[in-house]
Amino acid sequence: MSQRVLMCGNEALAEAAILAGCDAYFGYPITPQNEITAYMSRRMPEEGRVFIQSESELAAISMVFGAAATGKRAMTSSSSPGVSLMQEGISYLAGAELPAVVVNVMRGGPGLGSIAPSQSDYFQATRGGGHGDYRTIVLGPSTVQELVDYMPLAFDLADQYQMTVLVLADGILGQMMEPILFEKRPGRELPPKDWALTGAKGREQNIVRSLWLAEGKLEEQNRKLQAKYDQIQKNEVLCEEYRLEGAEIVVVAYGIAARIVRSAVSRARQEGMPVGLIRPITLWPFPTEQISRAAEQFRLFLTVEMSSGQMVEDVRLAVAGKAPVLLHGRPGGGVPTVDEILDIIKELSVSVKR
Amino acid sequence: MTTNGFCEEVIIAGFGGQGIISAGKLLAQTAMKAGRQVTYMPSYGAEVRGGTANCMVVVANEPIANPVVTRPNSLIAMNKASLNKFGPRIKPGGLLVMNTSLIDTEPDLDKTIEVLAIPIDDLAAELGSPRSANMVAIGAYLQKKGHLTPDAAAQALPEVFAKRHHQTLPVNAKALHRGTEFAANGS
Amino acid sequence: MKTVFARTPSLKDCPTHYCPGCGHGIAHRLVAECIDELDIRERTIGIAPVGCAVLLYDYIDVDCIEVAHGRAPAVATGMKRTNPEKIIFSYQGDGDLASIGAAEILHAGHRGEQLTVIFINNAIFGMTGGQMAPTTTLGQVTATTPRGRTAAEQGYPLQVSEIMALLPGVIYVERTALDGAAGVRKTKKAIKHAFELQVEGAEGLALVEVLSPCPTYWRMPPAKATEWIKTEMTKVFPLGRLKG
Repeated sequence: MSQRVLMCGNEALAEAAILAGCDAYFGYPITPQNEITAYMSRRMPEEGRVFIQSESELAAISMVFGAAATGKRAMTSSSSPGVSLMQEGISYLAGAELPAVVVNVMRGGPGLGSIAPSQSDYFQATRGGGHGDYRTIVLGPSTVQELVDYMPLAFDLADQYQMTVLVLADGILGQMMEPILFEKRPGRELPPKDWALTGAKGREQNIVRSLWLAEGKLEEQNRKLQAKYDQIQKNEVLCEEYRLEGAEIVVVAYGIAARIVRSAVSRARQEGMPVGLIRPITLWPFPTEQISRAAEQFRLFLTVEMSSGQMVEDVRLAVAGKAPVLLHGRPGGGVPTVDEILDIIKELSVSVKR
Repeated sequence: MTTNGFCEEVIIAGFGGQGIISAGKLLAQTAMKAGRQVTYMPSYGAEVRGGTANCMVVVANEPIANPVVTRPNSLIAMNKASLNKFGPRIKPGGLLVMNTSLIDTEPDLDKTIEVLAIPIDDLAAELGSPRSANMVAIGAYLQKKGHLTPDAAAQALPEVFAKRHHQTLPVNAKALHRGTEFAANGS
Repeated sequence: MKTVFARTPSLKDCPTHYCPGCGHGIAHRLVAECIDELDIRERTIGIAPVGCAVLLYDYIDVDCIEVAHGRAPAVATGMKRTNPEKIIFSYQGDGDLASIGAAEILHAGHRGEQLTVIFINNAIFGMTGGQMAPTTTLGQVTATTPRGRTAAEQGYPLQVSEIMALLPGVIYVERTALDGAAGVRKTKKAIKHAFELQVEGAEGLALVEVLSPCPTYWRMPPAKATEWIKTEMTKVFPLGRLKG
């Protein structure tokens, strides 16, 4: 597809996963991501690949676990309540060091919440989410085109680091349509999957495990995981800076919220307000260094997110008291408007001038 | 959303089955082919099962911030419930395309809002294709706004409808033009 | 001197961690023997449960994976669908398969996955210290049924194999018992058949339920434990081929 096509985020990311060489998709219906499952049910068999509608999210992530253990590229998708159920499997994937891609098209919570778009799974996504001392790489796209562009990256990162990559979208990104372009880009050079379970032919038995009972072994395994995470923190941070030149106020936002903030910042600049945007694209690894550097330079930080304030904690950790960090949060499915954010920026501009 | 440059935010709303989704997709597809920035956002989930359907289309020259339209420039209201729900949200100076086949009351709106009263279902029925009402609506809307042409919309039809419905393309194109004609001439 | 018994190559030459009189060691050997006799070691992937047999891979020398409690049939599904030429088996206890993994085994059967399932039923949770399992018999005293299981309080023992046999996607179900030499021979025959079906590409799931002694948590000597299988367990879990 070399020309722009109009697709909704859910279908677009599904097609992008197929183009990225996804061998198997396993999923269970939940709004607002059902278009992914339906699209995969049609397209995966066309490509001679595997699609299964599982009996639950527990089963879906376990199927991913099984396929991934044999060296295949496997993925699942769900929305918030379903992703909660998947945390068991995500923890096991971390323990066993298996690559997987999980898409969370977030909706409002807690509990059954609503089907409205939300960003309230940030804590769950960036802190590991399940039991144990582990991380997942978290990508936070802001447009349907970015959803498309980050799916191959998600699979590459998963394979390179043998871990789960979570693509954190939301109900708007999943449902909205916009023109996109599918472009074939070269992938990363990846290590061979010599750990995969393919049958012990001409080699010793391979074992995929997360249980380490011998004294000191689990601590050793955890230190190995942490060393890997340190490498990722060092090498894989993605972050966009917008209109920071001459700024005094920096808004930090990701995903769909960042898209809305971006327009507010653009308008504020037209009206002469000194404001810029830092948009974390990887939510873990978080752009701590970038924000820390910005804290040396800018006077005030404002976090805008569709939750009661989750990412703001990471921003505060990065700013480390060097500047005030304010929050504009819209929990429970609320979506901020450009005008709403512009009003806050106006107020803050007046206060920084004083 | 943007202060300079063109930005048109439309809500199309009606009953499920009135072709609301196809109408929105057609508008979005036409805008994309015309090289515009465009987003399309449907209502989804349990809401749809309640029998109402709506979608939001934003067409602009600059990158679009938010596909969720809270204050539309234009509303295409295919039934009374939609008019009641979204009518009060139309921006001053905006446009209401109102389906008088199903709406028998005068809207009580800001005086700066232009109202196009058009018997959409009746016009579609006269063409022998009651299900083309959505196309009559889009044709009328485009005539009033002028940012995309009905001909461009007609050319985008094959990409919006599944191949199994392609025998309906001629009548849908006709319905588009009938809407345009009514909006231009008032009959 | 004539060799009357030799360790099969796929069974590792090491002592197990199992208690004296436990059935797992025997069941492991039978699985390994079947794998070697069918010459499928180089394309077999085994799935260890959560339970006493979690270290299955320490004893059976094939590619192995350790999975979350009860999820083996889902993991197996992911493996088999992406690798139809491989032979996938899960080895699951009664807590794993009949309790926490009831949904996964039911749906793997319901979908007709081409898998071999070895279901070890010893009517108790072993690894966690002898708690009640869904298959615990009425009157049986466990760590969590100190007055004995009653139908009124804990329900009747769950007959998973009978349920599985009802599913069109399940092609073979047999219940055997490690209650003596004859029972061991029958068990091996059943396990081998369950593997053969997958090797032949038969369309559906094959399950062998093995009644297996747990002298430690049954609180009886090994000899009495095999006797208890015969006299008590088989009353609730009758032996024989249920399907196929």
